[in-house]
Amino acid sequence: MTENVSLLFGRLGPDALPFYSWVAFSGALVTLAGGLGFLILVTWLGQWRALWTGWLTSVDHKRIGIMYIVLALIMLVRGFVDAIMMRLQQAMALNSDGYLPPEHFEQIFSSHGTIMIFFMAMPFMTGLLNYIIPLQIGSRDVAFPVLNAISFWLTAAGAGLMLISLVIGRFSTAGWTGYPPYSGVEFTPGVGVDYWIWSILISGVGTTMTGINFIVTILRKRAPGMLLMRMPMFTWTGLCSSVLIIFAFPALTVSTVMLALDRTLGMHFFTNDSGGNMMNYMNLFWIWGHPEVYILVLPAFGIFSEVVATFSSKRLFGYPSLVYATTVIAILSFTVWLHHFFTMGAGANVNAIFGIATMVIAVPTGVKVFDWLFTMFRGRIRFEPPMKFTIGFMCLFVIGGMSGVLLAIPPINYSTHNTTFLVAHFHNMIIPGVLFGYLAGYMYWFPKAFGFQLDRKWGSRSFWFWLVGFLLAFMPLYALGLMGMPRRMETYGNPEWQPLLIVAFIGACLILLGIVSLVMQLWVSIKQRDALKDTTGDPWDGRTLEWSIPSPPPVWNFDSVPVVTARDAFHESKITGVVLSVAPEEEPLLIPRNSTVGPIIGAAGFCVGFGAVWFIWWLMFAGLALAIAAIIGRSFFDDTEVEVFPGEGAESI
Amino acid sequence: MKQVVTGPIAEAENALMWQAFSLMLVVVVPVILLTLFVAWRYRAAGGQGAYKPDWDRSRIIEITVWGIPIVMIGILATWVWDRTHALDPYKQLPGAEPLRIEAIALDWKWLFIYPDLNIATVNQVAFPVEQPLSFRITSEVAMNSFMIPALGGQIYAMAGMETQLNLQANEIGAMQGRNMQFSGDGFSDQTFEALSMSQIDFEAWVNKVRSGDSALDQASFAELSKPSIDAPIAYFSTVPQDFFSRRVAHFMGMEHEHAGHSDGGDK
Repeated sequence: MTENVSLLFGRLGPDALPFYSWVAFSGALVTLAGGLGFLILVTWLGQWRALWTGWLTSVDHKRIGIMYIVLALIMLVRGFVDAIMMRLQQAMALNSDGYLPPEHFEQIFSSHGTIMIFFMAMPFMTGLLNYIIPLQIGSRDVAFPVLNAISFWLTAAGAGLMLISLVIGRFSTAGWTGYPPYSGVEFTPGVGVDYWIWSILISGVGTTMTGINFIVTILRKRAPGMLLMRMPMFTWTGLCSSVLIIFAFPALTVSTVMLALDRTLGMHFFTNDSGGNMMNYMNLFWIWGHPEVYILVLPAFGIFSEVVATFSSKRLFGYPSLVYATTVIAILSFTVWLHHFFTMGAGANVNAIFGIATMVIAVPTGVKVFDWLFTMFRGRIRFEPPMKFTIGFMCLFVIGGMSGVLLAIPPINYSTHNTTFLVAHFHNMIIPGVLFGYLAGYMYWFPKAFGFQLDRKWGSRSFWFWLVGFLLAFMPLYALGLMGMPRRMETYGNPEWQPLLIVAFIGACLILLGIVSLVMQLWVSIKQRDALKDTTGDPWDGRTLEWSIPSPPPVWNFDSVPVVTARDAFHESKITGVVLSVAPEEEPLLIPRNSTVGPIIGAAGFCVGFGAVWFIWWLMFAGLALAIAAIIGRSFFDDTEVEVFPGEGAESI
Repeated sequence: MKQVVTGPIAEAENALMWQAFSLMLVVVVPVILLTLFVAWRYRAAGGQGAYKPDWDRSRIIEITVWGIPIVMIGILATWVWDRTHALDPYKQLPGAEPLRIEAIALDWKWLFIYPDLNIATVNQVAFPVEQPLSFRITSEVAMNSFMIPALGGQIYAMAGMETQLNLQANEIGAMQGRNMQFSGDGFSDQTFEALSMSQIDFEAWVNKVRSGDSALDQASFAELSKPSIDAPIAYFSTVPQDFFSRRVAHFMGMEHEHAGHSDGGDK
């Protein structure tokens, strides 16, 4: 490389500022204004101390869960801005350059995918897992509360790198999958791909620790009597998802580290020459990438299971089937990665076997849809917003499943791979499957977390905008794919494509209204929080343990640990009148004290990433040293818990 | 460009698509309708169906809901096995001796070599109608994916490796082919003209290419390898022996070579 690398600033220079296009420049300004606006607001409200002690240094799983979801919602907006910009570009770009130069368009589709998977869906899922699972299993916290905070702060550090790439330097142009050799230095020099690598690498470390934390939490911290086959479905899916995380994420870590070694130290794992082979990257990446889809969607399935049972006022149909289907999906998810590259030239036997393995996953998934259907059957269905999202999901998801099976048939894949048909398929899984699930979970558990319900009207509006917007945005992409339109086109010359692309843009505008409705829902609900107050802790006539405690729950969750005798434990206790737990304990409870280790390691992770991206080696090693020092320092810290007395009815925070 | 032309591979892939799609509709449409019907019938506000809050199992239903997807996937699996072998892109098509064409992906254009005719072209490939075509494909740059959508199928083009694609056109006409795998700034415009013509027209086309005076050699290949967007159609009247194989092999050398430097010692 011919770049100048200075000792102090690495390759960071004045040309890193985004003056290359007015669109990028405005994006940078909005990002900066958002950050500064937040700092000014907190200062103006005089809330720094409250923020620091109440949130940033908190190791309470509920606080961490909420912070994850706030991060996810912010990144949802950022990722959506990318999406609507792409839709506008393609709606305009018939025989013209549209309004985006190629390089900027490439950054946008790369950051859209990266943000939506790693910094929207993953934090949203982790946030819901964090808030709900300890409550559902009758536990006072996760197994490793400080590790949990570190996980969050590493995710936040990755998201921070992602956001700063908009202001300092540029983001990757190699797509969210970062396929070499294109993502190698030969074809994409500069910092973009390095930003991509280090943001997902650092957040990936956090995710791996989350996986460990939740496996131990679910296996070891359940209330007495909470047998595995009595666990709520959301907890089951969280367990399977966590297992997938610890098996899958190392593959991502390895493939991105090897790519970083190629780029930074001139190694040859995936280069064209000197013995490199990019096919290894694709295998490693998708050995993570396919299970990742299930890491995201299984907890959403869990949420749908909870929601459909609660709002049908009925036991979940076929609970054992659902549990087995979940575990079967988890295992099979590791056997299908090759279907992401049927067109690489493998033999017919290999392609056929992976095609069939892929379709086999449709069996347990189909079973789930039927089980939800039969849960509604003979129920008393209340159409609250979470239930609307669930019914919408059931109708749309089977369409996505159908296109997925088509893509799993290798000869069909040969002609639809890399087209917008594929784009339509995975958005059809991820928007109705994953995002509708998380939004349903957000609206379902919001009253538990904040003590007041979310406005129904705006929730319903949001649902309808998302539903119609999704259909308009992605059904045309199926058609365009069959017409042969490749994905990632900055400009095109086929006039037959344009009308459909304009419809897709209108769909994106409706989704924008769906997001605006979410903001309105929150705003209106906060304003009317007294009228929407949840005084019972059980606003939906819930069935599982989290509804047996006040909203919001005390820091220690349960005054006394419940004793579980049945599935749907809380519902049973309401029917039989047998109380779940005895009187509050006389003994003081020990709850973990706040810790600054999380934010320190998050800051350290950010320094490592930023240093590695810009070749500022002192910063990278300082970050590493800081992280190690924080962990060693923490080990000398004995006074890690604080006593509370639930019996005194201490104020819940 | 109108994509009216078709070929046996594209037709078979399309037929399989509609066949599988129809089979799945048999289940998917009733599921969607049933979902909406059940949601309406059992609504809390004014619904009509019975309410059985503790009803959560039924052996018959369990067997059915596992059985239906298993049967469906069972049928589809036999199709997958059969069709994947029948439509293997490496499998030579029946009929006449195939026309051999070698395709090399460059930034951002395609070089076609006809090894038996000793000619090469850029961004235009012509072939006789109803004759099987046998493509050998590689890349000099990032990974590309070679596709002529009207004729079906695509396959990756990777440096240092060779992939194969067998196609055929049933009708005379002009089609657009392209790279399907994002590969940088010129990706959107990385298309080529694919012309299917009568045997007589094809011979005339070959003679036209041969009548030119530029040869594909180190110098012209080095020039061609420079990244360019929307490169014009170009013809080369002669091509060195084994040019394609040498381009594939040169990536395997341990020396860090650049395109056009030296192809010596590869064999």
